[in-house]
Amino acid sequence: MTTVMPEVPIPKPQVPSATPGPVAGPALLETKDLSLFYGTNRALRNISVQLGQKLVTAFIGPSGCGKSTFLRCFNRMNDLIDNVRTEGSVRIGGQDIYAPEVDVIELRKRVGMVFQKSNPFPKSIYENVAYGLRLQGMRGGSELDARVEASLRQAALWEEVKERLQTSGLGLSGGQQQRLCIARAIAIRPEIILMDEPASALDPIATAKIEDLILELKKDYTIIIVTHNMQQAARISDFTAFFYLGELIEFGPTSRIFTSPTKKQTEDYVTGRFG
Amino acid sequence: MTHFEQELASLKEKLLTMASHAEAAVKNSVLALTNRDYELAEQVRANDGVIDRFEIEVDDLAIHLLSKAPLASDLRLIVVASKISQNLERVGDEASKIANRARELSQEAPVQFPPELQRISTLALQMLKDALDCFVNSDPTAARALIVRDREVDALNKKIYRDLAQQMISSPELVTRCLNLMVAAKSLERIADHAKNVAEEVVYLCEAEDIRHPASAASEAKL
Repeated sequence: MTTVMPEVPIPKPQVPSATPGPVAGPALLETKDLSLFYGTNRALRNISVQLGQKLVTAFIGPSGCGKSTFLRCFNRMNDLIDNVRTEGSVRIGGQDIYAPEVDVIELRKRVGMVFQKSNPFPKSIYENVAYGLRLQGMRGGSELDARVEASLRQAALWEEVKERLQTSGLGLSGGQQQRLCIARAIAIRPEIILMDEPASALDPIATAKIEDLILELKKDYTIIIVTHNMQQAARISDFTAFFYLGELIEFGPTSRIFTSPTKKQTEDYVTGRFG
Repeated sequence: MTHFEQELASLKEKLLTMASHAEAAVKNSVLALTNRDYELAEQVRANDGVIDRFEIEVDDLAIHLLSKAPLASDLRLIVVASKISQNLERVGDEASKIANRARELSQEAPVQFPPELQRISTLALQMLKDALDCFVNSDPTAARALIVRDREVDALNKKIYRDLAQQMISSPELVTRCLNLMVAAKSLERIADHAKNVAEEVVYLCEAEDIRHPASAASEAKL
């Protein structure tokens, strides 16, 4: 009697990719020849770049290079400063956000922001997160409770504050306050979160929590972060843009920018030779 | 020069001192082999510990520098220095192997060396020296040119192997001596491989391009 051996499919060997790295995917944000002037001072010079969806992009560069100014172009925060004028275009999802018909309030709902210094409202933890939702017309009750809890959970703060939601947000530690601000930003479900040196005032443990949180948030949001901490950019970002004197000098996958930048200015900056 | 730059310079300096020891070990092991010099062979074996200690020192300094989170060309230099030191340590081991065989051969009746042994020694030594020059001069073009020279060394080693095997069949009394020569030739071939590795690291250091294992990179491209 002969036994026929079942045919066993031979699995294809898993070959490690020679070029692992983030895939840019479709661009969510795009600037074209963007220049910005503070009066007669040109702070940004003809910046053209495309930033992908659900990725973390880090902006680096010496102080005064224009990285924060560029960040603020994406939610038109620069409009709040006198004598600011822009040229060129900024598009989000294909829409020119500087077009006259654009509602800036609506824009800022789509593009949340977290600042260097945590700035919780002098209200309870709960009300800090509920604030934007109430402005959107949501009334109290289980729906609001659920959104506040979900936002605090997503900001990795829920377990630490769930027993004291009615106490002041100002009573939290610096790191917790910053995560509260992130919870407040994501409560209204923006598409994009802008972060301007969100961990620069925090100790290494609080910084690690924020960085871990950013990597979690990336699953649902597109994040742009300004940082002076190159190692932070290396740890959390997919793409990095280096700015110098208002110009975008180099943009590319973070792993490449930090191991083999193509421009000398980038090389000099990331190796600490200037800046 | 910043403190960090001084430390980088001292890493490079330490690596080059290690390289000079490795180069000398190879030179002396070949001399011991060809001149039937027992004392010199012993000296090569005794000095291997120096090269081993350099490997540890280079790695210690590299780790110390990595803890400062260097980036770009600094990061590449530190990683490359550590890899080159590993290759040099193995060069030292191969020199010791040659010295071992030289010691044994010096105690036996002289045997005719395969004519290619001189050529493979010269080539391996020259490749090692040139690879280190490429590192010192940050010369990726010369490094790329060096890599292909390894083929000649491989071919010579195969020829030596075949000829010695034939000799062992025809003259069984020479088996031990032929085996010693075979091992010495194989060690020289490995030294050339390490020189090639160093050259590949120099290309990475200068151009940030990983050119190792071109065959597997090509087959992956086909997948």
